[in-house]
Amino acid sequence: MSAGWIAAIWVSAATIAIKAAGPLLLGGRELPPRALDVVSLLAPALLAALVATLTFGSGNTLVVDARAAGVLAAAGALALRAPIIVVVALAALVTVGARLVGLG
Amino acid sequence: MSDLVDSDLPSEPTRASVAVAVPLGIVVGIFGISFGVLAAGTPAFGPAAALFMSAATFAGSAQFATLTVIAAGGQALPAILAAILLNLRYLPIGISVAPSLHGGFVRRFLQAQLIVDESWAVSARPGGRFDARVLVIAGLILYVAWVFGTAVGLVTGQALGDPRALGLDGAFPALFLALLVPHLRTRRAVASAVIGGLIAVALLPFTPSGVPIIVAASAALIGLRR
Repeated sequence: MSAGWIAAIWVSAATIAIKAAGPLLLGGRELPPRALDVVSLLAPALLAALVATLTFGSGNTLVVDARAAGVLAAAGALALRAPIIVVVALAALVTVGARLVGLG
Repeated sequence: MSDLVDSDLPSEPTRASVAVAVPLGIVVGIFGISFGVLAAGTPAFGPAAALFMSAATFAGSAQFATLTVIAAGGQALPAILAAILLNLRYLPIGISVAPSLHGGFVRRFLQAQLIVDESWAVSARPGGRFDARVLVIAGLILYVAWVFGTAVGLVTGQALGDPRALGLDGAFPALFLALLVPHLRTRRAVASAVIGGLIAVALLPFTPSGVPIIVAASAALIGLRR
């Protein structure tokens, strides 16, 4: 079985269980506040890690190339509250443009 | 579908729920297409596995994370761990919705599967309640858009070829950045994001692919500080 299938099956099973856990098992009960705090901080930490590695990672080396220009443009568009479609399209466009002018 | 919708709570009319959810469905459909395109360009991830994952997992950022780790030559295990850590947020989200869902075991189980960031956000009502009808209708629209988009992306992606030529390698981190921004509502969330990003960059030259993402999750432990 390919790594893709193994991951697809396990991630699906885990996600279905995680989504169902609150509504089915906990009912009105609450998690301890500290546990809730940690869990709510997981998404920002992981998403930022993905942004960083996808922008600067190339195998096992860190590089600043056309992708960084695309992400910078996206950050500007997000600061101006542009719709998400515009943000992503702009990043692609700037990445292609930066590559055309020789930025990696 | 009407079986899934709660009737004993005051809720938005069906048409208003649809009107809120359709623009989100378009965005999610486009993300679905990009997931399919990326999967089509990743030999270790066949089209059937990608389509299965969209239908069964229904959580965009975790699916992109899985694909990203595997595409970078990673093994299945780091990809699975990164995706599960990313989806752990559905535990508190599910707990927050629980009091607003009614009915039997099967009905609540199915309603729970329709919880994604977007359907959760649009069904939130003042006072911590959730409109179950909006949640279910928005969730169903987003689900169809996500699975259909994935299929379209898988078909067109095989025709498109190199995602770099389209600048998709710059679009994906931008997509995650766009998904990150709504999470940055508190100081601690910002701190967790900054620390997580720094950990990932610091580890990248020294560890196998996928490991930096998993270790970056430890940034969330700042939540233990009072």
